[in-house]
Amino acid sequence: MSDRQDRQNPYQPHLARIVRILPQIPDHRLFQLRFEDDEVARNFKHRPGQFVELSVLGTGEAPISISSSPTRPGTLELCVRKVGRVTEALFRLGVDAVIGIRGPYGNGYPVEEMEGHNLLLVAGGLGMAPLRSLLWYAMDNRSKFKDIILMYGARVPGDMLFKYELLGLLDQPDIKCLLTVDRDDTGRWPAHIGVVPKLFDKVELDPKTTIAAVCGPPVMYKFVLQKLLERNFSKDHILMSLERKMKCGVGKCGHCAIGYKYTCLDGPIFTYWDVINLPEVV
Amino acid sequence: MRIVTLPKDNLVPFLESTKAFGELHAPLRRGEESCALGKVDNAADIQVGCLRTILPPKKYFMPQEQTMFSFSPEGYEPVAEEAGKRYVLFGLHPCDIHGLKILDLVFSGKYTDPYYFERRKHVAIIGLDCIPDEYCFCDSMGTSFAEDGFDLFLNDIGDRYLVMVGTSLGDDMVNASARLFGEVDETAKEEFKRRSNTRREHFAVEVETWGLPEIFDMEYESPLWREAGERCLSCGACSMVCPTCYCYDVLDLLELNAEKGVRKRRWDSCLFKDYALVAGGHNFRKERSSRVKNRFFHKQRGFVAEYGRPACTGCGRCIVDCPAQINIVELITKLRSYSHV
Repeated sequence: MSDRQDRQNPYQPHLARIVRILPQIPDHRLFQLRFEDDEVARNFKHRPGQFVELSVLGTGEAPISISSSPTRPGTLELCVRKVGRVTEALFRLGVDAVIGIRGPYGNGYPVEEMEGHNLLLVAGGLGMAPLRSLLWYAMDNRSKFKDIILMYGARVPGDMLFKYELLGLLDQPDIKCLLTVDRDDTGRWPAHIGVVPKLFDKVELDPKTTIAAVCGPPVMYKFVLQKLLERNFSKDHILMSLERKMKCGVGKCGHCAIGYKYTCLDGPIFTYWDVINLPEVV
Repeated sequence: MRIVTLPKDNLVPFLESTKAFGELHAPLRRGEESCALGKVDNAADIQVGCLRTILPPKKYFMPQEQTMFSFSPEGYEPVAEEAGKRYVLFGLHPCDIHGLKILDLVFSGKYTDPYYFERRKHVAIIGLDCIPDEYCFCDSMGTSFAEDGFDLFLNDIGDRYLVMVGTSLGDDMVNASARLFGEVDETAKEEFKRRSNTRREHFAVEVETWGLPEIFDMEYESPLWREAGERCLSCGACSMVCPTCYCYDVLDLLELNAEKGVRKRRWDSCLFKDYALVAGGHNFRKERSSRVKNRFFHKQRGFVAEYGRPACTGCGRCIVDCPAQINIVELITKLRSYSHV
């Protein structure tokens, strides 16, 4: 099949090899992938916040957000929770196995518009997966952003994704990294204890010059949004990443429609203003 | 636009002659009262008076089930089903022609669906005008006339058809049987005008679409949705017969050797219980009422925001076929009324 046809079929998965598997926490793994075809690899350009459709041969396809930053090309990293048919099949594969990838899809974070601002990244649980892409994008373009604050919470230290990578940021001068756990059963946790919204007491935030990117479970959204609104954040300076059932990823199959938006085309990154105008969102 | 006339006695020979341009499909009798689009062996069998085929013509462009890829450890290879096969589709009424134009919007855009447009390219469309029945509300949805979207369009003017030639292919079809056609004369023009002026009078139902998106927003919490949800059986019939419902599900089927297989897509319905069910077990629309609401909301509100027009052609199929008598015209009328009765 020629490359031209290739580009014309938006449903065409490209073969990618699993080059490394980094276990994270129970049922979560970081898969490093490399496209088999060099041209596909070169042409794959994503922005933080976008997702791909991942195929496990014979099992099906699922949307997975990209955890690696476009500033670190070469391999594509997907942080996956084993939760359904496709991800269970993926977890049965080892290094060197070949899977299908197509994308990237979705709008991603408006990184150009975010430049020149302070960034506040707020994540809970697996919400760190898409935010990690934005985090490293911002760190690798450090001069384009003012202050960078990361707030990330997990239930216990053993549940924190990218733990060692993030712990390494604790004493970095160019980022304020606030990590928290609901409870520490190890007694050796070096950072905060308590829920994510509590971290808001530790920082000064200027709502005029700060853009917040939030991703996490519904209960976290509720309290984090409350904190941001109390601090007079404008609704379009709050970015949320939404999740929906998706099949095609390109606005045809209908599954991810919410009200008048498609999560796959118009999202998955929505401003809080978009979100309050979408019915039955979170 | 080139316009010619076709005496009604010449319709069958003309349709026979179109077989040179592709396999002829048209409304054929299915059961006592219904018609379905199907392959025509003898053009005399065509049900010219059929108003509403069971399924809309979308089945030719996005079949109920379609193979997208065959896969093996070597990768995913796109499958072109019956590549290059041509069809002539006769008897499409304006609402169904508009239905295809709406599907064109969905399947084009930033990402073009190659399967849909491959079929679209290979199907000639001969439209036919109609007299509405008590379920038709195409006039309200702005789809009661088709200005384009056809190769030929036949308007009944008594003992002849006034034939609009929409495309170069349509022109070829007329030229290939030139002796069957006549010129447009004054009588033909007058009769066409007379009929088009009186056609509107046949509409028994009407919905007012002005401000409808806003009303859908305002009435998002209306108890009418709960009532509709209580009646709805989640059977999905409305979506299957809808000329603009395009949702599909994707499934991978493995051969027994577990090495090779195919990826297929098939019609899905947002009324089905598992439509918005994600891995991990969360269902974004587990209530039937939220699914009924989502369907109508998307057609009449969401689609307007996305594409500038509602995804409803007023063909009436969903009203006719709903086993629970959920009626979109009735629903819209109630939503619009000042007080809910």
